[in-house]
Amino acid sequence: MERYYQKEIETASREEITAIQNERLVKQVRHVWDNVPFYRRKMEKAGVTPDDIKSIDDLKKLPFITKDDLKEQYPYGLLGMPLKDVVRIQSTSGTTGRRVVAFYTQKDIDLWEECCARALAAAGATDEDVVQVSYGYGLFTGGPGLNGGSHKLGSMTIPTSSGNTDRQIMFIMDLSATVLCCTPSYAAYLGERMKELGYGPDDIPLKAGIFGAEAWSEEMRRDIEKTLGIKAYDIYGLTEISGPGVAFECSEQKGMHVNEDHFIPEIINPKTGEVLPDGEQGELVFTCLDKEAFPLLRYRTRDICVLSHEKCSCGRTHVRMRKPMGRTDDMLIIRGVNVFPSQIETVLLNNGYAANYQIIVDRVNNTDTLDVQVEMTPEMFTDNIGEIADRQKVLVDGLRSMLGLKAKVTLVAPKTIARSEGKAVRVIDKRKI
Amino acid sequence: MSIKQISVFLVNKPGTLKNMTSVLAANRIDMRAISLTETKEYGIARIIVDDVIHAVEILKDADFVTSINSVIAVEIPDEPGGLDTILADFAAADVNIQYMYSFVLNQADGKAGMIFRVDDTSGAEAKLSAKGLSFLTQDEIKAVTL
Repeated sequence: MERYYQKEIETASREEITAIQNERLVKQVRHVWDNVPFYRRKMEKAGVTPDDIKSIDDLKKLPFITKDDLKEQYPYGLLGMPLKDVVRIQSTSGTTGRRVVAFYTQKDIDLWEECCARALAAAGATDEDVVQVSYGYGLFTGGPGLNGGSHKLGSMTIPTSSGNTDRQIMFIMDLSATVLCCTPSYAAYLGERMKELGYGPDDIPLKAGIFGAEAWSEEMRRDIEKTLGIKAYDIYGLTEISGPGVAFECSEQKGMHVNEDHFIPEIINPKTGEVLPDGEQGELVFTCLDKEAFPLLRYRTRDICVLSHEKCSCGRTHVRMRKPMGRTDDMLIIRGVNVFPSQIETVLLNNGYAANYQIIVDRVNNTDTLDVQVEMTPEMFTDNIGEIADRQKVLVDGLRSMLGLKAKVTLVAPKTIARSEGKAVRVIDKRKI
Repeated sequence: MSIKQISVFLVNKPGTLKNMTSVLAANRIDMRAISLTETKEYGIARIIVDDVIHAVEILKDADFVTSINSVIAVEIPDEPGGLDTILADFAAADVNIQYMYSFVLNQADGKAGMIFRVDDTSGAEAKLSAKGLSFLTQDEIKAVTL
């Protein structure tokens, strides 16, 4: 039986959803015009006033907000409420040189946590469940978001945060945790560790997992499901829009339902900004309909994605987004094939390597070459050259099936991959085109 | 009694082996035996040392990837046919050798040492013991003085 947290809105008809969106959008545009000078300037420049926005059909008249805007307006330039009404901030790691600080009123927090509660309910959780949140707590939205969602749902929450794997396992086993929330790579790691300790899928009390915040493949999903004996659900979100729970998977596991009563997704052509129809691949754009403190309109996520309004058997009516395939700003075209570093990372993680890699693209005799350099880890090293070569070949095969092209895999010594400001430089493109 | 061998991942570039030996030298680790194997891009140094735990710790601190595994050390007479006799026992006991290397044990006594990496170390030891072969222990390796 499909479970819902807010069944009425989650299964509302398209007419009802549109009516809610129309009303909220008009109000939201007025809110930003009145309270965020940056928006007013931007709208004036685009020749739009709040009077021009009467329904969601007018959404396309609004200018986009980009990551660069966020950077320029840091820290307070996009704040939509007086500080006395703001109760919290969350922030991204800023590893790409674009630290985002997002603000929340209590209402914003409640809305965000409700979205997370919907995700937990869709994964089958109820107030009788024990939810272990192994996402990091703190500035990162993962821990606080799922923690709040679990509270809203009334589940018993174990706020382990990330790290200390053996303690995580102790809590899962001792308190019979039934739902696990963490990144997919950590779930895979936990699964491996539990296997090492002798726990089979039948011994592990978990029944579901909600995994997000990084790219993962279907193959990785199946592995995690098998090792932990659970059903693994994807969740999507970003700090700019609120955090995890902007969209979440249902029991169908075919795309994530976007919480359309709070967020309107659009797919655009990243070059022209033109809105693309259902089923076409492009850049994902979000409009927050009722966020107060950090009300982004038409925010360009740079995630490459596809939307589908097809009916879902779970009963939810909200549009589904496919798992983002990568980001517009790091896509490489190698021998005519679109390659995202996140795909390569997925293959490495799936095969037990650390996500410490560098992609070197070059052109030799008019043909693009792809060399994936991977740092050797103690887990992958043995005294047997044949075994190391076998593992290398598994990586080459995995990359071929993920990318559809042949890559070379080079093993390098630990900590030799060039880093800038502590973060590895992922891509070196030596091609002179 | 098997002994512990340390394998060290080395990228195939000038100076990397020296980086490893410098770390060992600076920490007064005595190598009893060393063997190198290589591919085009990387190699593996396999070493037998007097203090395994300390050696692994300092190598790890110096960002080397290491792995420890059990190998068999056998004392053989340093004379024509010495190795052949031992290998006859291995063949008769149906023990497969992955790789092997030799080291100096005691020149005065005319003894050489051989390190064998086999598929199933403890199983091989049992079978070879039954053939009357004896093995050098970690303590004996450590106590070797030339």
